[in-house]
Amino acid sequence: MLGLKKTDTTLFLVVMGLTLLAPFILNPFPVESGMAQFNAGYPDLMQRFVIFGIFAIGFNILFGLTGYLSFGHAAFLGVGSYAAIWSLKLFALDVVPAIVFAILVAGAFAMLVGFISLRRSGIYFSILTLAFAQMSYALAYSVLTPLTGGETGLQIKNTDSPLLSNVPEGEIGRASFLGLDMGASQELVLGGWAFTFNLGYYIAAVAMLIAFYLSIRIFRSPFGMMLRAVKSNQQRMNYTGLSPKPYTLAAFVISGMYAGLAGGLMVAMDTQVGPERMFWTASGEVVIMTVLGGAGTLLGPVLGAGFIKYFENIISKINKDILHQWFAVLPDGFEDVMVSLVYPFVGKGWHLTLGIMFMLVIIFLPGGLLQGGQKILGLFRRKPQPSAAAEADGTKPAE
Amino acid sequence: MGILEVSGVNKRFGGLQALGDVNLSIQEQSVHAIIGPNGAGKSTLLNCLVGKLIPDSGSVMFDGQSVLGRKPHEINQMGISRVFQTPEIFGDLTVLENMLIPVFANRDGAFRMHAIESVFSESSVIERAREMLAEVRMSDKVEMLASSLSRGDKRRLEMAMCLVQKPKLLLLDEPTAGMARADTENTIALLNEIRNRRGVTMAIIEHDMNVVFSLADRITVLAQGTPLVEDTPDNIKGHPKVREAYLGEAQV
Repeated sequence: MLGLKKTDTTLFLVVMGLTLLAPFILNPFPVESGMAQFNAGYPDLMQRFVIFGIFAIGFNILFGLTGYLSFGHAAFLGVGSYAAIWSLKLFALDVVPAIVFAILVAGAFAMLVGFISLRRSGIYFSILTLAFAQMSYALAYSVLTPLTGGETGLQIKNTDSPLLSNVPEGEIGRASFLGLDMGASQELVLGGWAFTFNLGYYIAAVAMLIAFYLSIRIFRSPFGMMLRAVKSNQQRMNYTGLSPKPYTLAAFVISGMYAGLAGGLMVAMDTQVGPERMFWTASGEVVIMTVLGGAGTLLGPVLGAGFIKYFENIISKINKDILHQWFAVLPDGFEDVMVSLVYPFVGKGWHLTLGIMFMLVIIFLPGGLLQGGQKILGLFRRKPQPSAAAEADGTKPAE
Repeated sequence: MGILEVSGVNKRFGGLQALGDVNLSIQEQSVHAIIGPNGAGKSTLLNCLVGKLIPDSGSVMFDGQSVLGRKPHEINQMGISRVFQTPEIFGDLTVLENMLIPVFANRDGAFRMHAIESVFSESSVIERAREMLAEVRMSDKVEMLASSLSRGDKRRLEMAMCLVQKPKLLLLDEPTAGMARADTENTIALLNEIRNRRGVTMAIIEHDMNVVFSLADRITVLAQGTPLVEDTPDNIKGHPKVREAYLGEAQV
């Protein structure tokens, strides 16, 4: 089906099901229950899951297949965002042209950066991409202020009147899709549960499904095989009559366009951009997402992105009061000890938990969380069939 | 006129004259061995043929066209394939995928953006790769990861990857270096089989005299960057100059 093999079709349908039903799946706890704070099914966070999922899927096409570690991918995300906001400000309030424009501009910028950076490989390539991203950040922050709004960034203002949209005088235009407001939400209350269906989320989700589908096609294509050949042995590639550079550059541009799509969607959901989106920590984040989930696998990057965003938004909200509530059953002195033991790992300390987790995954599960999942699945099967499990979940993990 | 004509090639590395006025002509359908003591310039010469090095002067003509200034992948597309001293294969890919890549390179050229169609819908390419694997008796290993093959099988695979491209000239850089006796015999048998069945023109750089004398039609002896003699194996065996330059050194 869809031009995919059976296992890939299954994988795609599972991801499609999970994505489209996310408002239910991510809200397993009733609103009034003590566990409600672990609900992740609110539009803002769900949008982040899929947008960063797209970012990581694209990054994985470059890093997972060719092994070229770009440390400046946030630059393409940022450039895409700036392109999208200008489209909303000047051209139309509809998000579709904004997103298309974001993809194209990010792709063109990736072409330039890739052309120069790919003259080197290994650590030198990483450093070059990092330098480009930091340069973009610095430019956006200061020199290019007329274009980027400098430190404060860009928003849609009441003085903006896009070419194709009618905004009443003095009103701030809102991003829309075919005339529907991106923020439009439908709430569904079932017993103690509340589920929110948000237009913005579904647009981002459909974009992610398309991005995921294309990435499966790329992985299974001769082009994808050539990218793995680049990673495996460039010498042999050269002496087999293949030029590794255009293959790597194409992968770089494709992954830059994925980043642009993610950047455009971010603006479509929340119409503002700032230069911090291009800071090197943002580039590092997508590397961690991909490696944590499983570089070189189809599903891994999405998993890693979801995992990190969940931590960033949910675990980080656990504060001392909540901990005291949890441990209230314990004797007084003991309660305080427990709280002070756990507190460094939650709330603002969520990075610590993530860091430990990341180290554990790198050391014990070089194939990422996906490999962990496969191992667990393997335990439950009567006859352990590691190769069959690997097939079902995408491809072999990259080391 | 040979398929490969090397004339007046010089290559200098700093103060070292690695190649001095090398002339060489390789005839179509022949197996031409290049031998010589260590440091004679054999590898430098080979690297000049495949685009890894550019000679300081002289010309290298292949099939009527100059190869100088062309990149390795362009020279491969002209019809020269190279087997390395240690097998260069795609270790992270399966044996079948290793075989598919040269077939794609042959069909599509140095770069093609075929990112949407599936590899497994390319039935003619797969068929050609499988045929070649059957020819080198590796059909039972198609799904194996290439890095997990034995050394001898890696060599077979690399050879098959070169041959599936139907090269006009196959360059072999010490194909039996570091091999055990039995593996060496197998490789000689494989090369003889390839020559008899496909009539591939081959140029072999080799240390092992046994390999050279059981394969070559013609032998060029290189010493200190200059060809000493070029003749048939029988004449080379007893040649006094060769004894002096090559075997003499071996006895030291």
